[in-house]
Amino acid sequence: MKTGTLKQILLITDGCSNKGEDPSMVATLIQQQGVTVNVIGVLEDDQSENPVGLEEVEEIALAGGGVSQIVYKQALSQTVQTVTRQAMTQTLQGVVNKELKHILGDNQTIDALPPEQRGEVMEVVEDLSETSNIEVLVLVDTSASMQNKLPTVKEALIDLSVSMNARIGKNRFSIYTFPGKRNAINKVIDWSEKLDKVSSVFPKLTSGGITPTGPALKEAMHQFSKTGLLRSLKRDDESNLEEFGS
Amino acid sequence: MMNQTLKNSEVNLKPGTVITGKWNKKSYHIHACLGQGAIGSVYLAKQSDQKMVALKISDKTASITTEVNVLKSLAKVQGSTLGPSLFDVDDWIDRRGQCYPFYTMEYVRGNELRSFLRSRGDQWLGLLFIQLLEDLERLHQQGWVFGDLKIDNLIVASSPPKLRWIDVGGTTQIGRSIKEYTEFYDRGYWQAGSRKADPSYDLFALAMVALHYAYPNQFDRGSHPSKTLIEKVKSARLLAPYQDCLRKALQGRYQSSEAMKKDLNKILLQSQPKREPVQNSGKRQRPITKFSAKLAWLESLIILIIASLFWIIYYFI
Ligand SMILES: Nc1ncnc2c1ncn2[C@@H]1O[C@H](COP(=O)(O)OP(=O)(O)O)[C@@H](O)[C@H]1O
Repeated sequence: MKTGTLKQILLITDGCSNKGEDPSMVATLIQQQGVTVNVIGVLEDDQSENPVGLEEVEEIALAGGGVSQIVYKQALSQTVQTVTRQAMTQTLQGVVNKELKHILGDNQTIDALPPEQRGEVMEVVEDLSETSNIEVLVLVDTSASMQNKLPTVKEALIDLSVSMNARIGKNRFSIYTFPGKRNAINKVIDWSEKLDKVSSVFPKLTSGGITPTGPALKEAMHQFSKTGLLRSLKRDDESNLEEFGS
Repeated sequence: MMNQTLKNSEVNLKPGTVITGKWNKKSYHIHACLGQGAIGSVYLAKQSDQKMVALKISDKTASITTEVNVLKSLAKVQGSTLGPSLFDVDDWIDRRGQCYPFYTMEYVRGNELRSFLRSRGDQWLGLLFIQLLEDLERLHQQGWVFGDLKIDNLIVASSPPKLRWIDVGGTTQIGRSIKEYTEFYDRGYWQAGSRKADPSYDLFALAMVALHYAYPNQFDRGSHPSKTLIEKVKSARLLAPYQDCLRKALQGRYQSSEAMKKDLNKILLQSQPKREPVQNSGKRQRPITKFSAKLAWLESLIILIIASLFWIIYYFI
């Protein structure tokens, strides 16, 4: 089975969007383009309850076909990599489920299989998540309240590339922040295989008070189509997630 | 789809609940909760033939299935107990129609490593590690790395004491990326290597088990993570005998469990009951500690003699 390249946006935020389009709507649109949207909500150390704004986190991820998690900043590193991998597995399960329906008829999903066969299917999913190529665009909220969380976010991203680069499949990462000065988003690192360089270029300062999550997501989506377009010009055989064959 | 969010997947079953599998129709009588982790809950349960088993249940089909796959391949390794034996794999449908996958396995009766060492004495550490290294060697030979090795995943099974691991959730084929890990035990976190599964990944984690035991509250990475580790090894008095061995494991200088085991063995055989306490009994130690230290060394000498007797018997039969 071939899956092409898995594409994900990882949104890291600490609050409610307050400008522009509804982020859940944008996330739905993004998912339709074959890109999964995952969201991590970062809490302050002394926040005991989820603030109202973070309700949005789960909704965006649901709309974007991805995984969401709300964490304290100390747990960020491990969460970033689990969310990314969990989302990969989830997407691949979706792919496999589709294939199963194709072969066995509607209503057949992995969960409905007897445990024995489920084990075999899971092995396939695991093989795929180890060997698939993946592109992750990290979108970091740098509105004012994120100020003291930025160093932790930076470390978590370096850690993410350590985890992903232990896989057999290839990885490409890029990092954007929002709100940008002139555009919706601001490029920090263009598509690259490793994130070691991030230390020197990751912003230390936040960039403003507003949180235009919707417009930022939309702009982020276009960063995929650009590279996608570029590559499909070079290589015609590049298959999209929708068109995996067996 | 299976997991939309990473919510805590605790499945709360009250003692007395009886659950019956959807496929194999076996029933289990829940006795007590043994523990709850990231992937699911583990219960002590009684089969219809009165046998006690450990039952792990979750709403994460993918994770449960992956663990079952690992336990199945470990079971193929003949005549050894690499991980608890797997008995049954099934689904439980609750009253609301929700489906929870579960599996049952051998109930490993024993103590947590920490409480065992506290009650029986720290000098057991070396011997228990040797036992674990033997199992790790066999696991690695089979092409697997344990992955999520940590103090909570180790149980000292009783009579005779034997250190065993539970929770194969992190067990990964060599050459792939570690499936599940805990930051404090992960060499990637300490900037001491990659997260690609190889035997030395487990040996690093094993050394961290010793450090976690010596520093129950753990410690921070500091600005030079790998230096921090070496300093912590140096200043932990109870790890003094194993210093060199632990340092080598932390620096990835052991290519196999066998090599680390040999070193540990040497340390245990060399440590003369007299020499060490004299060196340590300098200014800080009070007479009472000196006395108990003597006792401790006597005990470890006896253990060693017994161990070598076993070895001799084993060797000649
Ligand atoms: N086979 C077993 N025998 C005895 N106790 C067990 C067994 N398996 C698990 N446990 C207990 O249950 C706890 C949680 O199990 P674990 O498999 O580590 O869960 P998770 O993978 O979700 O972290 C363990 O810490 C241990 O105390």
